[in-house]
Amino acid sequence: MKSKQKDFLSGARDSLPILLGVAPFGLICSVAAISVGLTPFEATGMSFVVFAGASQLAVLQLLGEGTVWIVMVLTTWVINLRFTMYSASLAPYLQTEPVLRKIPFVYALSDQAFGVSMTKFANEVPKNPAWYFYGSVSIIWFTWMISAIIGALLGALIPASWGLDFAFPLSFLALMFAAIKDKATVVAALVGGGTAILVKGLPYNLGLILAATLGIAAGVFAEKKMGGAK
Amino acid sequence: MKGTSVWFLFIAMAVGTFALRFSFIYLFGKVDMPDWLRNALKFVPASVLAALVFPALVYSEGALDVSLNNIRLLAGIGGALVAWRTKNVMWTIIVGMVLFWLLGSL
Repeated sequence: MKSKQKDFLSGARDSLPILLGVAPFGLICSVAAISVGLTPFEATGMSFVVFAGASQLAVLQLLGEGTVWIVMVLTTWVINLRFTMYSASLAPYLQTEPVLRKIPFVYALSDQAFGVSMTKFANEVPKNPAWYFYGSVSIIWFTWMISAIIGALLGALIPASWGLDFAFPLSFLALMFAAIKDKATVVAALVGGGTAILVKGLPYNLGLILAATLGIAAGVFAEKKMGGAK
Repeated sequence: MKGTSVWFLFIAMAVGTFALRFSFIYLFGKVDMPDWLRNALKFVPASVLAALVFPALVYSEGALDVSLNNIRLLAGIGGALVAWRTKNVMWTIIVGMVLFWLLGSL
């Protein structure tokens, strides 16, 4: 028990620096939700239920444009496909844990908790890697939810004339540059983004799904052509 | 979309997202992720995010506008420089919004 607590706490402690990025993002998601007309309760509820910021922002933008719900749901799933990668990487460290205990922490799996945990495991695997991961997940989840509540309360104070909807593409820009790691990801971004401009006229924002798919295909193709060169 | 229907939307988003998060943690030892899939997934974030950003910057009030009159494009280029250098959401928003307001007031 003692060593599990220790690993839980060191997972939480190692996540402290990254909270500086988590808190503003939680705040932004709530403010964005308020700006498209959701109530503070709905804004906080969205962060609580979904707990995946990038997909929440994407859906809020689509909601503001009056998109049909099926496209919003599909967009969420496409953006969150990356979690299957995290899931596959973390699986060996969680295999001895009971399923019911894993569920709440799996729900709260975030890019940041994955990053902190896998960086640690690559250097040194703690005695209870699952508990290290739980510690990281927990502190990130609490920080996110507190900032989401604060954002929901502040959001109502911000007038529409500020043009805060422009914060959506800006936040996606920052996330996009963080996702660009080599030439092949640059190709994926250029083809995905370029296609999206060309097919913007398609109904129900279906162009977004089409553009994303072509961008992914272009990235895979570019990587093959370049033989995985950086 | 208002009232109860947004909660259905959130739940549909959440159920799928949980399934994606749980996928290989649940399947461990039963199914391995195929290499081609792992390879393709690497490109999801860059591609989707660019598909969200590009049209939002080059379209102004529903029409394609790549001129200096499009302040979203200009402020977005400024934001992109910050995003590229810092990869930080907060700084990108602050610099991009300030540029957007300044250009809008010209």
